[in-house]
Amino acid sequence: MANADATPVLELTGIGKEFGAIRALHDVDLQVFPGEVVGLMGDNGAGKSTLVKIIAGNFRPSHGEIRFAGNAVHFSRPIDARAVGIEVVYQDLALSDNLTAAANVFLGRELKRKFGPIALLDHKAMAARALELFGELRSETRPDDLVKQMSGGQRQAVAIARTRLSNARLVMMDEPTAAISVRQVEQVLGLIHRLKEQGVAVMLISHRMPDVFAVCDRVVVMRRGEKRADKAIHQTSPEEVTALITGAKEAA
Amino acid sequence: MAMPMESPISFTNIGRIRWWQRGIFASQTGYVLLALAVLLVVMHFASPYFFTEGNMQNVAKNFSFIAIATLGVTFVIITGGIDLSVGSMMCFSAMITSMVMTELSAPGSPAGALFVHMAADGKTVVANVPGLILVVSVLAGLGVALIAGLVNGFCIAVLGLSPFVTTLGMLSIVRGLGYVVSNGRGSFPGGPDANYFYAATSGDVLGVPVPFIYLVILALAMAVVLHHTSFGRHVFALGGNEKAAELTGIPVVRVKIEVYVICALAAGLQGIIISGWLGSAPANMATSYELNVIAAAVIGGANLAGGIGGPLGAIVGCVLLEVIRNGLVLAQVSSYWQQTLVGVIIILAVLVDRIRSRMT
Repeated sequence: MANADATPVLELTGIGKEFGAIRALHDVDLQVFPGEVVGLMGDNGAGKSTLVKIIAGNFRPSHGEIRFAGNAVHFSRPIDARAVGIEVVYQDLALSDNLTAAANVFLGRELKRKFGPIALLDHKAMAARALELFGELRSETRPDDLVKQMSGGQRQAVAIARTRLSNARLVMMDEPTAAISVRQVEQVLGLIHRLKEQGVAVMLISHRMPDVFAVCDRVVVMRRGEKRADKAIHQTSPEEVTALITGAKEAA
Repeated sequence: MAMPMESPISFTNIGRIRWWQRGIFASQTGYVLLALAVLLVVMHFASPYFFTEGNMQNVAKNFSFIAIATLGVTFVIITGGIDLSVGSMMCFSAMITSMVMTELSAPGSPAGALFVHMAADGKTVVANVPGLILVVSVLAGLGVALIAGLVNGFCIAVLGLSPFVTTLGMLSIVRGLGYVVSNGRGSFPGGPDANYFYAATSGDVLGVPVPFIYLVILALAMAVVLHHTSFGRHVFALGGNEKAAELTGIPVVRVKIEVYVICALAAGLQGIIISGWLGSAPANMATSYELNVIAAAVIGGANLAGGIGGPLGAIVGCVLLEVIRNGLVLAQVSSYWQQTLVGVIIILAVLVDRIRSRMT
């Protein structure tokens, strides 16, 4: 749970973003603490995706400051965000269909063995580590199978396994439970619990109220580019969150 | 941050894919290889000359003349791009190579003075290491290919132009430059190193044509690069899902530029080899070869949509094209039919693959 003394892993102050004349985000303050699961909710166009993309380094904010683990950071590319320990599971999962599960997990940070000046891929080690990660996720996924031939849940597992490779301190999940089966939703929520136990902060971007109330410690509601609510989960209710999302209730 | 494994995974619902449904057996390359084997058997019975040593050497040599460029263009096709400038690139590289060789071998010219001098009896004598002129001129030929490849890659990866349009433009630019530098006449390898040049491009070692040896070495190198290096992995990832490749931090721009450079270098090398066999680099050399090269890659299983392809497929495609051409000649069919047949085979190969992927 959020600890008042701890340094927030992520701290946003006055974040704003304009695309030409369109104001996508306005003056958003947000803190996320280690081991905390924060649900980020809002209707389409509320600014959730823009906020996530700013934190992930896809966009640079027009205003405001991002501090990660106490230090001010400026991301110009997604790799910069990844380097400090921010991982994102994208809604479309960002998988290459023509590659195997293990290849996708290690995409961009392959394990290699040196043979003199030549570094060749270490297929065995990557497959073994991927199998271990799938084991943790309890997903029946073979590292050598092509992603093309996989079910939605398996694909999700591959995308999540990727975030487990590094020592991520903040994992953002964009609609991880939108297109998978009930059993797999349970698995994903289970994984979020396990990330939390490890002290990893999780931001869950979701439309599914039951999932948010099942795993989150805190819920943040966005509407029209502004943060309208930031409440501990036991101090609010699905009805109130719905009202905040739709605008029936202005702020809380 | 290792999490303890709570229970080993059991694969109760996920079956293992059978060996004949994966890898090469399930690929277009596999089917085309099978078709090629059948064709070879048919040819054997159709013509007693087909499997003679002379004809086999001929076939090996002829398909090697487009296969090295096909390896290069396969890299580009795997990333989901296309390079139409390979034919022109072959010609231009070959032309620059022979022009530099001739220039360096002329005792009177300023550059030539470094490499040759005139002996008392009026013969040209090499001033330093034999073969140096050859090396310098081949490097010059590959150098211009490198530059053209960099320009292709820069326009496509950095400026975001479409590969089709960029390389179509480059096709014309490079061909035009070839006419400009040679005044439309082409050029000929000359000087004291010309014999080395012919030996290195169209000779043979123990009965095996040299171009075929180059091809085998390059194909093996390509297989290692594609399947056992992170660069190869990134090439496939780029063709599978470019956006994903970018999000996972793959240096997309660099990989793209690299594949166009590799393709240009392969085309340049191919052109230099062809000019050794022809004994000259005429300005209209290798015109429309890009179509043969791309056709061979596609027949061999490289997918123009990206993400699929490899050296074996490239070679199989080239061999199939050459065996058909050779077979038509042996069967005394008009060689004009060749093009028509090649077109039919391209469509058939892709069609069979489509039907197969619909069935599974």
